[in-house]
Amino acid sequence: MIVIDNVVKEYPTHRGMKRVLDHVNLTVKPGQQIGILGRNGAGKSTMIRLISGAELPTAGTVKRTMSVSWPLAFGGAFQNGLTGYDNLRFICRVYGIDPSDKLDFVQDFSELGMYIREPVKSYSSGMRARLAFAISMVIDFDCYLIDEVIAVGDTRFHEKCMIELFEKRADRAKIIVSHDVTYVHRHCDSAAVLSGGQLSYFEDLEDAFRHYDYVSGLPSYS
Amino acid sequence: MSGLQSFMRSWAIQRRVIWALLMREVLTRYGRHNIGFMWLFVEPMLFTMGVTALWSATKSIHGSNLPIVAFAITGYSSVLLWRNMPGRCVDAVEPNRSLLFHRNVRVIDLFLARLLLEAMGATISLIVLSTFFILIGQMDPPEDVLQVLGGWLMLAWFGMALAMTLGAGSERSELIHKLWHPASYLLFPLSGAAFLLNSMPVQAQIYLEYLPMIHGLEYLREGFFGSKIHAIYDIGYMAMVNLVLTLVGLSQIRLLADTVIPE
Repeated sequence: MIVIDNVVKEYPTHRGMKRVLDHVNLTVKPGQQIGILGRNGAGKSTMIRLISGAELPTAGTVKRTMSVSWPLAFGGAFQNGLTGYDNLRFICRVYGIDPSDKLDFVQDFSELGMYIREPVKSYSSGMRARLAFAISMVIDFDCYLIDEVIAVGDTRFHEKCMIELFEKRADRAKIIVSHDVTYVHRHCDSAAVLSGGQLSYFEDLEDAFRHYDYVSGLPSYS
Repeated sequence: MSGLQSFMRSWAIQRRVIWALLMREVLTRYGRHNIGFMWLFVEPMLFTMGVTALWSATKSIHGSNLPIVAFAITGYSSVLLWRNMPGRCVDAVEPNRSLLFHRNVRVIDLFLARLLLEAMGATISLIVLSTFFILIGQMDPPEDVLQVLGGWLMLAWFGMALAMTLGAGSERSELIHKLWHPASYLLFPLSGAAFLLNSMPVQAQIYLEYLPMIHGLEYLREGFFGSKIHAIYDIGYMAMVNLVLTLVGLSQIRLLADTVIPE
């Protein structure tokens, strides 16, 4: 379970503290596929950082009794001067697993082949994204964090990612943060809407979408 | 989970993370080309040997009849500790912010990995160089190895505490970055690397004694040269400064960890 209890997050600005999340509550159960909808600037990334534990709340608590991934396919932590394999080894060391068992999988899945032993800075953005996704699949988590629509590589590779994530890991919880209703509709069984620092949870997707349209000032979802 | 179990688990994670960061840093900095990670101590060795050669050539006045080689190696090695550690920790968080997305990687780990690496480099450099010069007869073996170790640890502690304080401070204000370079440059000639406190005018000694690193270095040199020199030190004073800096550094890092935003 992940229990977000009365979480407040404030950031200092030139005009004093700005409250991004105002007493937010959410419970994610094992295996639940939950969407968090929000428009740009609603605080979606802040939610992701708080859930992943990368950042701490100003007030309230985030309790995790299941393991939570870093934001999926996140390649920002790559050290450009290092090879793909070195970056894989770093992640494996941090999470305490043996990289040599995982090399074949990553090399194969990312379709990097011999380039896995070249510095990441020589990769194209597609290669980088493929490596990032492959490395995300190396560590076994109970809950995967997905920040925005995953657009990795071409259609075929994208398909492969979706199978890996939503079919092979169908039993794992997923938290999908997005502004895209269609994406959430396809992959989630319930959703919460983030707006004005408030998070409203809906068991029923249609209710969530209607609320999202309402707070976005759009004509009602039908 | 009992307190001890939970502590052991955290300790295992911390070790793992610091090791991972350390290896990442070594590979990033030195790569796998030519001598690779050996640059870690070859680089400080080159510095120390260069300074030793310069001082020997100019027959630097250091206020005693000690061999210049022994003097330069003890002196410059200590500078490596208190100067390079802060140098590595100032602005260390910014380029590594994205690593914080891995929950177990915390701000303090970024600092500790770099500090450990610097300490290892400087220590190996000191050991290799002194062993070499002792073997070829340019230096006498230390009279009291334990005291040398004690002085070295005090200097390393000072370097780490200063580095954590300045490292955390540099995230708060860019002034730290701008001021540390001239400060470290100016502190070098005052730090006792090139003189014994006893050889300074009494007037100057009063002020120099405020510099914590002088005490560690004098203590270390007494361990090396023993009765041949008159060392002046107050390890209690240095320990106090170290302790205060450690507390300031740790608390600043704690505050920083609460507010840093991973990108």
